[in-house]
Amino acid sequence: MSTRDQFIVPKRYNTLAISLMAVGLLAIGALWFSYGAKGGHEGARFWASLLQNSVFFLLVVNASMFFICATTLAWGGWQMAFRRVPEAISAVVPVIGVISMGILFAIVFGGDHTIYHWTDTHHVAGDPVLNHKKGFLNKNFFAVVTVLTIGLWSLLGWKMRQLSRSLDENPITDLEGRKKYIWNNTVWAALFAVVFALTVLSSTPWLWLMSIDAHWYSTMYSWYTFASTFVSGMALIALFVIYLKNNNYLEYVNNEHLHDIGKFMFAFSVFWTYLWFSQYMLIWYANIPEETVYFKPRAQGIYSGIFWLMLVINFIAPLLILMTRGAKRNYGTVAFMAVLIIFGHWLDFYQMVFPAVSPDHVPMIVYDFGVALFFVGLILFVVGRALTKAPLLAKNHPFVKESLIHHT
Amino acid sequence: MSVQKFVVGNFYDEAVLFPAVKKVRRAGYKIHDVFTPFPIHGLDHAMGLRDTSLHTAGFIYGITGTSTAVGFITWALTLDWPINFGGKPFFALPAWIPVTFELTVLFAAVGMVLTFCYLCQLAPFVKKDHFNPRSTDDTFVMAVECTDATNEAEAIKFLESVGAKDVTVMEKETGWWLGRYDHDTMRFQKSTNA
Repeated sequence: MSTRDQFIVPKRYNTLAISLMAVGLLAIGALWFSYGAKGGHEGARFWASLLQNSVFFLLVVNASMFFICATTLAWGGWQMAFRRVPEAISAVVPVIGVISMGILFAIVFGGDHTIYHWTDTHHVAGDPVLNHKKGFLNKNFFAVVTVLTIGLWSLLGWKMRQLSRSLDENPITDLEGRKKYIWNNTVWAALFAVVFALTVLSSTPWLWLMSIDAHWYSTMYSWYTFASTFVSGMALIALFVIYLKNNNYLEYVNNEHLHDIGKFMFAFSVFWTYLWFSQYMLIWYANIPEETVYFKPRAQGIYSGIFWLMLVINFIAPLLILMTRGAKRNYGTVAFMAVLIIFGHWLDFYQMVFPAVSPDHVPMIVYDFGVALFFVGLILFVVGRALTKAPLLAKNHPFVKESLIHHT
Repeated sequence: MSVQKFVVGNFYDEAVLFPAVKKVRRAGYKIHDVFTPFPIHGLDHAMGLRDTSLHTAGFIYGITGTSTAVGFITWALTLDWPINFGGKPFFALPAWIPVTFELTVLFAAVGMVLTFCYLCQLAPFVKKDHFNPRSTDDTFVMAVECTDATNEAEAIKFLESVGAKDVTVMEKETGWWLGRYDHDTMRFQKSTNA
């Protein structure tokens, strides 16, 4: 069998994606009838699960576009052999973006104030801390930032994909044209990077996630969220690359490229730990009640099991398992670690969202995994579609040769 | 220390060097080393050199640093001289992580540098010599090891046939040389009987 240039979605792939989504929808339905429909604090448990999963998977797929833009800005060439894969993954951003927006707006503009306490104006008026934060934590600002965030990610991501595909039919042969093309790419990637910095790296996770614990704050929180989702995003890219490679696609990708993806997974696992520790250690050291209130249920309370398990999965496992050169060049090891890392950071998001929503007991049941399966199925489905729309090798990109001869 | 003989050939072009390395290896000669003015990607692979174990050494130095830091601080602050710092527990692990990290990096870095120097036989006052000083400038120099069974004339002819220029037989004493260029004689010298 020869290596193919154009991805064709196999029947089993589609069946898997659709059945995962069906299972997920069943789980969401079951969660709705057992919790969501009851409203109040029971209802919050339903919305919290949707919030955790939708925001997590949205940030994970958007990390692909950040990877493309970061490598573009660095004028990197090594990723060209598989660049169509993160491009296809980033095509999921508008889809999950709309779902997330719906969920966030339902939570903010819905009648209950059980997840975001700051949406309750009467409560805010009598709460000096929240009153002080009114300029940032209010419904209008939240709505504007959410729409801008998801809209700009989708738009700029679309532009980057468009630029990449525009060469497939019309190759540029002259040097000046190629220079101009690279410059054009650089400008759009820089725009995306700026938007990314103003959203994931600063304001958006504060609004979407940190404001669940409305009294508490950490300036590091957004960076932490970014690190968490970027390493998961690299793991997702690795999984798709390995899947395609196993199915005889991506002729020019070899274990040199896999090695570099593995390095990203390794390095950003350590980076995540650095931020996790920096946030934890300062609060632990200062020991001020209004700050330690965040870590009390997580590190010492009923969520401590998840909290410490997640540290083992997200730090110790990648550190020891992905450390050697051989492991990063081994398809099996990288695939296993990628699944483990995505699961670990999903747990991370779980413990970011739930302790404030359900302080008395850990409400994790099988339905929560069902909700995650819905998003996994959705990502599989949309990425499969997006991969078929363009050849798997951007063969006319000026840097493509650099990737074909890449070795570490 | 024993004197070892080498057949040394010079190449002026990378494009000639690569096939030559392959042919010399295929002919059964043992390449001692290839000296180049700049790093050449893939040459190590062509020469069949194994991957370095330096990073394994680095890992061992690193965990030595980690355990030294954690062990010493634990002993000092919980057993030998416990002090109450702002009501923190004596075993205040989070506060020690930065120091532990620094010691891990320090041990790994210093250990790897020293190991690298040892493996390359680099040390203060140890002098390195070249088969051909032009290998620091514009020439790729290949040294082929000779054994008792090696027919030097044949080896020279073979190297010339794969594109080497100015092929000579040289001798060197294996091991460390603590001499000085301006006072001592060079270890790499033209073999008298070549």
